[in-house]
Amino acid sequence: MEDLGIQVLKSVVSGLLMGLVFALVALGLTVIFGVMDIVNFAHGEFLMIGMYTTLLTSPLLGIDPVLTLPLAGLVGAALGVLSYYGLIRFLLRGPMIAQLFGTFGLMLFLRNLALLTMGSEPRILHKGWLVGKSFIVGPGVVLESTKLAAAVLSIVSFALVWWLINRTKVGRALTATSLDAEGARYMGISTQKMNALAWAVGGASVAIAGGLLVNFWPVEPGVGLLFTMIAFATVALGGFGSVRGAFVAGVLIGLIVNIPPIWDAMLRMIDAAGLADLQIHSFKYTMVYAIYFLIMVIKPQGLFGWKQ
Amino acid sequence: MLEVKGITVRYSGLPVLREVSIKVDEGRTVGVVGANGAGKSTLLKAIMGSVKVTSGEINFQGQRIDKLATEQIVRRGIIYVPEGRRLFGPLSVEENLLLGAFTVEREADKQKNLDYVYEMFPRLAERRTQAVGSMSGGEQQMAAIGRGLMSTPKLLMLDEPSLGLAPLLVSEVFETVRRLQEEGDTTVLMVEQNVLEALELSDWAYILQTGEIRSQGPAQEVLASDEVRKAFLGM
Ligand SMILES: Nc1ncnc2c1ncn2[C@@H]1O[C@H](COP(=O)(O)OP(=O)(O)O)[C@@H](O)[C@H]1O
Ligand SMILES: [Mg+2]
Repeated sequence: MEDLGIQVLKSVVSGLLMGLVFALVALGLTVIFGVMDIVNFAHGEFLMIGMYTTLLTSPLLGIDPVLTLPLAGLVGAALGVLSYYGLIRFLLRGPMIAQLFGTFGLMLFLRNLALLTMGSEPRILHKGWLVGKSFIVGPGVVLESTKLAAAVLSIVSFALVWWLINRTKVGRALTATSLDAEGARYMGISTQKMNALAWAVGGASVAIAGGLLVNFWPVEPGVGLLFTMIAFATVALGGFGSVRGAFVAGVLIGLIVNIPPIWDAMLRMIDAAGLADLQIHSFKYTMVYAIYFLIMVIKPQGLFGWKQ
Repeated sequence: MLEVKGITVRYSGLPVLREVSIKVDEGRTVGVVGANGAGKSTLLKAIMGSVKVTSGEINFQGQRIDKLATEQIVRRGIIYVPEGRRLFGPLSVEENLLLGAFTVEREADKQKNLDYVYEMFPRLAERRTQAVGSMSGGEQQMAAIGRGLMSTPKLLMLDEPSLGLAPLLVSEVFETVRRLQEEGDTTVLMVEQNVLEALELSDWAYILQTGEIRSQGPAQEVLASDEVRKAFLGM
């Protein structure tokens, strides 16, 4: 019995930690969508670039990976602004389908650029203050400090963005633009600048998430796709454009992903050897997509959605 | 102060405004009246740089503004209170008002304007934390006008401020415009279908019909003209 209890506790803890990072990954996607109704297929590639930024600059500058996070954020913000002014701005005049293909093209471009410059070899950071440390929080429940730090710093980053949007003048202007861009222009708010700001915030937050992930998740040029899919599911569950929704849904999806190990444990408990062979946990990301489709059917506006 | 010189505006090729010219002198209230679909909103949006002008020019305080972006025109001191109000519904009354002061740099000026608006519309002060979208139509119109005043505009443009309001509230809205005339030196350009009340308040009037200026003159004279009495007042 205790064995199952520990299994559940472990799943919940690691689901929670991972979910907080998922929330940060989804944040940028929901902010960009909220302001300009555009879906960024290259979102995961921004994350991948954040991962490489931390991976490469930490040894290069001789500083701890954690200290490179602001740099990853800066690179992400610059990438977002560049993408907006260089590409997205022109796509907005076209039909919806052009926007889809446009950000899809950006995804392929960034991925191939990474392949060309970084190679296809998966790489991971094995240095720094966080690596190899862990806390034992209960019998059999061990917290790796890399994951704990990622979760805590995700909350910090999330809180910073929340503060920017809800407590500053420029954040109010961003909200006004997302509610009614033409109405906001009559207040003297430049839609172009607000769109660029949304891309900067979106790029920065997802790149920081990448910098956190690379401490325990190998980076390779194709790493973005999985995270793009998770971010889509998170944003759909939380509600398109909702910051609060991204947070709640990120945590929920983190937990969902970690439920299958609970099933494994239960199957082992009842000693159904045949069933355990099915390896239910290997379907964990399939679960995420299943939930994504379920939400789209049942509640297309998501948990906290105010946009369709 | 504002001079619109022979502007033409087209929506997908079709002219909605044809060679329209109007003039607004400083300190005056100018009314543009016309039926639904005459092009009144289009005229104000053209001044705001929100729709493209295909020919003609627009000058404000001696400078051309018809090539400027909307936010630059706002910074020059023209404020548009749009038809249907376009408030930011989920945000509170005060947040909406402060967005009206987006171009105001000094905190003290912002506060002064907020106090002025609350003094003018005490009901907004009572409801400062309420979501603006949950208020009644009349209160929302007060909020929209109040938001327009938050940057102390040189020229305030009101687009059918009485639209969709009960008669009692309509009078209240026009009473507000009267107060603005008496207290401040705000120049007002108002477009209305509510011809009688709008022209009673105005110094100068234009009649816009299917995209063209049909006539103009001192508001009292226009109001008394056979044309207006027949077409708009049913006399
Ligand atoms: N965005 C638009 N696209 C196409 N036609 C429009 C648009 N906006 C207004 N119109 C047309 O232009 C004409 C003038 O509209 P508008 O300026 O709103 O008139 P008013 O404010 O006097 O009621 C109308 O015939 C209207 O149907
Ligand atoms: Mg109109």
